[in-house]
Amino acid sequence: MKLTLRVWRQRNAEEPGAMATYEVDNISADMSFLEMLDTLNEELTLAGDEPVAFDHDCREGICGACSLVINGDAHGPERTTTCQLHMRSFSDGDTIDVEPWRASAFPVIKDLVVDRSSFDRIIQSGGYISAPTGTAPDAHATPVPKPDADFAFEHAECIGCGACVAACPNGSAMLFTSAKVNHLNVLPQGAPERETRVLDMVARMDEEGFGGCTLTGECATACPKGIPLPSIAAMNKEWLRATRKVRR
Amino acid sequence: MTRTLWDSTVGKKTIMAVTGLFMLGYLVAHMVGNLKIFFGPGEFDGYAHWLRTMGEPILHYEWALWIVRVGLVAAVVLHGVSAYQLSRRDIKARPAKYVHKRPRASYATRTMRWGGIILALFIFWHILDLTTGTVHTSFEAGHPYQNVIDTFSTWYGNVIYIVAVLAMGLHVQHGFWSAAQTLGVGNATRDRLLKTLANILAAVLTLGFISVPVAVMTGVVS
Repeated sequence: MKLTLRVWRQRNAEEPGAMATYEVDNISADMSFLEMLDTLNEELTLAGDEPVAFDHDCREGICGACSLVINGDAHGPERTTTCQLHMRSFSDGDTIDVEPWRASAFPVIKDLVVDRSSFDRIIQSGGYISAPTGTAPDAHATPVPKPDADFAFEHAECIGCGACVAACPNGSAMLFTSAKVNHLNVLPQGAPERETRVLDMVARMDEEGFGGCTLTGECATACPKGIPLPSIAAMNKEWLRATRKVRR
Repeated sequence: MTRTLWDSTVGKKTIMAVTGLFMLGYLVAHMVGNLKIFFGPGEFDGYAHWLRTMGEPILHYEWALWIVRVGLVAAVVLHGVSAYQLSRRDIKARPAKYVHKRPRASYATRTMRWGGIILALFIFWHILDLTTGTVHTSFEAGHPYQNVIDTFSTWYGNVIYIVAVLAMGLHVQHGFWSAAQTLGVGNATRDRLLKTLANILAAVLTLGFISVPVAVMTGVVS
């Protein structure tokens, strides 16, 4: 395949960026999107140009490192991560726009790489449980009802990639935060911090400069792990419950 | 708890949801009351008079009506201020737009902000037109039936009203379902029910309100 790429190039956080156009040839339909970018970078390096910086790690769709808004869609046209997106989803002669996640809480560091440490700080504010250390407890020591376990697992699938924020017209992190809150709040292990968790994580999310939720549903459509939109309603319920219970 | 509500994006949305549902309840009552115009001037004007005597003898004349009005003003202000502050925040959270544009979200969802502004402007017009009569050409207090007919006998009266009602329908369609999510009532199994309810509410309110100017224009009500 022969493709035209229009890629966001930005030297560093301070300097303004712009879209740059590149031609790539001999792209196999079996390549992943990141392998296609590797091909481009090899050519750029050989030509003495600066390669395009982009985030990637496991390339198995489970680590949440890769990002990229491809033709206006977070992670591109398929419902998966960019590393699991293959070039067979495109046609010979296509022009593909590649942009970084856009949100003021995700500032661009270089080219397509953004700083997602705001997510880490949301996790630090409450995305944990208090557990005694020592030998691992027996797996059946704390019974968990099957529907609760399923609900927790559905939300635990979130890999924290930030596609929800990138897709949201308000740059809101509600789907990410709700996935993390719901995952722990439904389980007995998460019960001691049930109220403080949701209050602290929502407060941190606001402090980081993410926008509010207008329930456009863009986040759930973009999520490569299929975190459902009602997840947000479930967190709102937890938040309202916590404001009634906790006096601050 | 008040501070927690007002300082949080989730809390402000809760305030918007509660005030929105209150205003929605008022809209339903208002729409049903409007339909009395199809039973003639006696019943319509009589109903308008009853709105002023409702609550008597516990309440004084017009007191109940003023309580409702104060509640509505509070709801509009809280809803509008929250929406303004949240919108400012949302725009700041996404300063850079994507170069590659694509259509996003449904029409009702995308028009919430402009629709809300249109509705706020319409409320001013509507009160000046049919409550105080300031912008009305031949307003007579105590004769709402004739006042309504006069308003809908002008082209601009019809245009302003119908545009506002359509904006209201779209606002309610996304707003009702949204409020349910914000208040934590929504979940996967109830989603279809809530969406259907929102569609029915929006359709019934739109048709109910629009039926009055259409009836005047077609001469059904004269």
